[in-house]
Amino acid sequence: MTTPLQRRYVDQILVMLGKEPAKPRQAGEFTARAIKVHELKRMTNKADIEAAKEAHRANERNHKWRNRRWATLIFANLLFVVSFYFDIQILEGALTASRFVGFHLIDLNSALQVMLAHKHIITNLLIGTGTVLVLWILVGGRSFCSWICPYHLLAEWAENIHLWLVKKKLVTDTPIDRRLRTVFWIVFALLAIVTGYTVYESISPTGIISRALIYGGSALALLWVLALLVFEVFFVRRAWCRYACPIGLTYGVVGIVTPLRIKYTVEGCFHEGDCRKVCLVPHVLDTVIKGRAVDTEVPIGPDCTRCGLCVDTCPTGSLQFDVKGLAKLM
Amino acid sequence: MSEEDKVGAGPSQADAPPVGGSEPGLRARGASKVGAGNTAPAKPPLSKERQRQARRRVLRTILLSGGVLGAALSGYLPLAYARKPLLRPPGALDEKDLLSSCIKCGQCVQVCPVQAIKLADLDNGFGIGVPYIDARAQACDFSCDAVQCILACPTGSLTYDKPDFLPVRPGAQLAAKPVFIPKQNDPEPTLNLKERMGVARLTRPGTCLAMQGKGFKGQARGPGFEGMMRYMAVDRWKPIPIRDHPYDVEECDLCVRECPIKGAISIEVVFMPNGTQRKSPVVHEPCVGCGVCEMICPVEPTAIEIVAREVWKS
Repeated sequence: MTTPLQRRYVDQILVMLGKEPAKPRQAGEFTARAIKVHELKRMTNKADIEAAKEAHRANERNHKWRNRRWATLIFANLLFVVSFYFDIQILEGALTASRFVGFHLIDLNSALQVMLAHKHIITNLLIGTGTVLVLWILVGGRSFCSWICPYHLLAEWAENIHLWLVKKKLVTDTPIDRRLRTVFWIVFALLAIVTGYTVYESISPTGIISRALIYGGSALALLWVLALLVFEVFFVRRAWCRYACPIGLTYGVVGIVTPLRIKYTVEGCFHEGDCRKVCLVPHVLDTVIKGRAVDTEVPIGPDCTRCGLCVDTCPTGSLQFDVKGLAKLM
Repeated sequence: MSEEDKVGAGPSQADAPPVGGSEPGLRARGASKVGAGNTAPAKPPLSKERQRQARRRVLRTILLSGGVLGAALSGYLPLAYARKPLLRPPGALDEKDLLSSCIKCGQCVQVCPVQAIKLADLDNGFGIGVPYIDARAQACDFSCDAVQCILACPTGSLTYDKPDFLPVRPGAQLAAKPVFIPKQNDPEPTLNLKERMGVARLTRPGTCLAMQGKGFKGQARGPGFEGMMRYMAVDRWKPIPIRDHPYDVEECDLCVRECPIKGAISIEVVFMPNGTQRKSPVVHEPCVGCGVCEMICPVEPTAIEIVAREVWKS
């Protein structure tokens, strides 16, 4: 007999691949305590909730996690730049592969592309890939996206412009089928195998921006990145990160086993959905919709980038960073 | 329904409450929904507007897929033209293997003491981010002694030991380990290189000063040239700008004088078709194709050039 949380765990893996989140309906799909909370919520006076909600929302927006994240992202990328520029040799290389005080670090997706294309793996490549794998298991899979990837930061700013334009009714947001990313992942893997070139690397905005920051030049490649950002501003919100980037999916797979995630506590939640509005991957937050939480505490799935925007936004503190098993250990 | 639609709708559109027989007190409120999960209700037909939206969505998906794949495969374009092959750093695998194995991190760029290595842009297609050397601007003079770029490479794209399954092009292999002139008195005087990067060739013999019997005086490449080289007589460890090391030679032999590989090039007396004798630089088998001769050649455009990826033809 699988528990509701176990079923959700499996469902969230499929959601990462593009499936729409399953809607729990029957009693057996919830824990008894979750049913109790949902029932209590239904019996609460609606006016009371609205009043409390307004009071909470009046609070100043805080940007604690966003600021920490931006600082980390800029610091990490700057460390690459200054390591080369001043030849201090702390973090040599680019995001695709580097050496941190001598230790090989190799991006999982780049390593995968190279292995598939070249079909020959040398020890250093294996060591670097293993190190990065362990590192991102520890710090949360797709946290690579929001805490390290330089394109993510640019895309976040482009997203703000996009949302402003949407508010002004100058553009409309047009979502795309999320399964596309899985298709791209497979296509790029197959292309690497068949052509023998690391095809994805030639268009990867992550690699392009990282190299441009460190080594300069690459004006043409940056034009492609600019084109992507323009597309995101005027047509599809966060198109690359949501619907295309295979790096995100690769790290998402790592996120399946990572103990670091966002945890949702249903009890104090007003279900106003602010978190889903700021989220890059709102499908992982389906559980915050009223009546959907299968347990009183629900961990957010592997596609979550651990960016913390929902944590910042949540007026009730119902979404928090959490390390699985840490509470028990303490 | 899109994610945004759902978000926008907020709590008013909250989903069906959980129900079940285990909680008798709840039954009255949830009774109408009991069993909803067993018999899925028939989907209502889509409205015209929804159908239109769905169609548009499919179109957009196809458009984006096509765009991204098109952009990705445009890497083939430069390969389709017959481009002049790029000079790759020492120890590089053959072109196709280099492009497939290189992870485009630029660690080779970082360790090069003369910054000879550059990374290619998108006009090189799949070669984007892959290292190359523009020898005329800055050649590899091996002033790192140990071929640092090979040591830095995390994927074996630049390597001392080519894996057995990769073929060696005939003529690419060096007959012997190249003797490195700056280290020729050391116990280990050779560079650990098995294949050449290319071969030097006197492509414009008419402009060659040696061929014309002329000498050369001054900065080899003029005052504005930023290329660097390590001169053993000046500093064993530190490369200096070439403009800071002027020459004064009776008969120009800069390419021979500065060649770091023993026996790779020499000035020989050659007989012209009309029977006259001329002095000319002649390239020999040990040439590894590093490009120092091309960088130092004082005439514009250079009389001697590296033919990248060229093999030795006796």
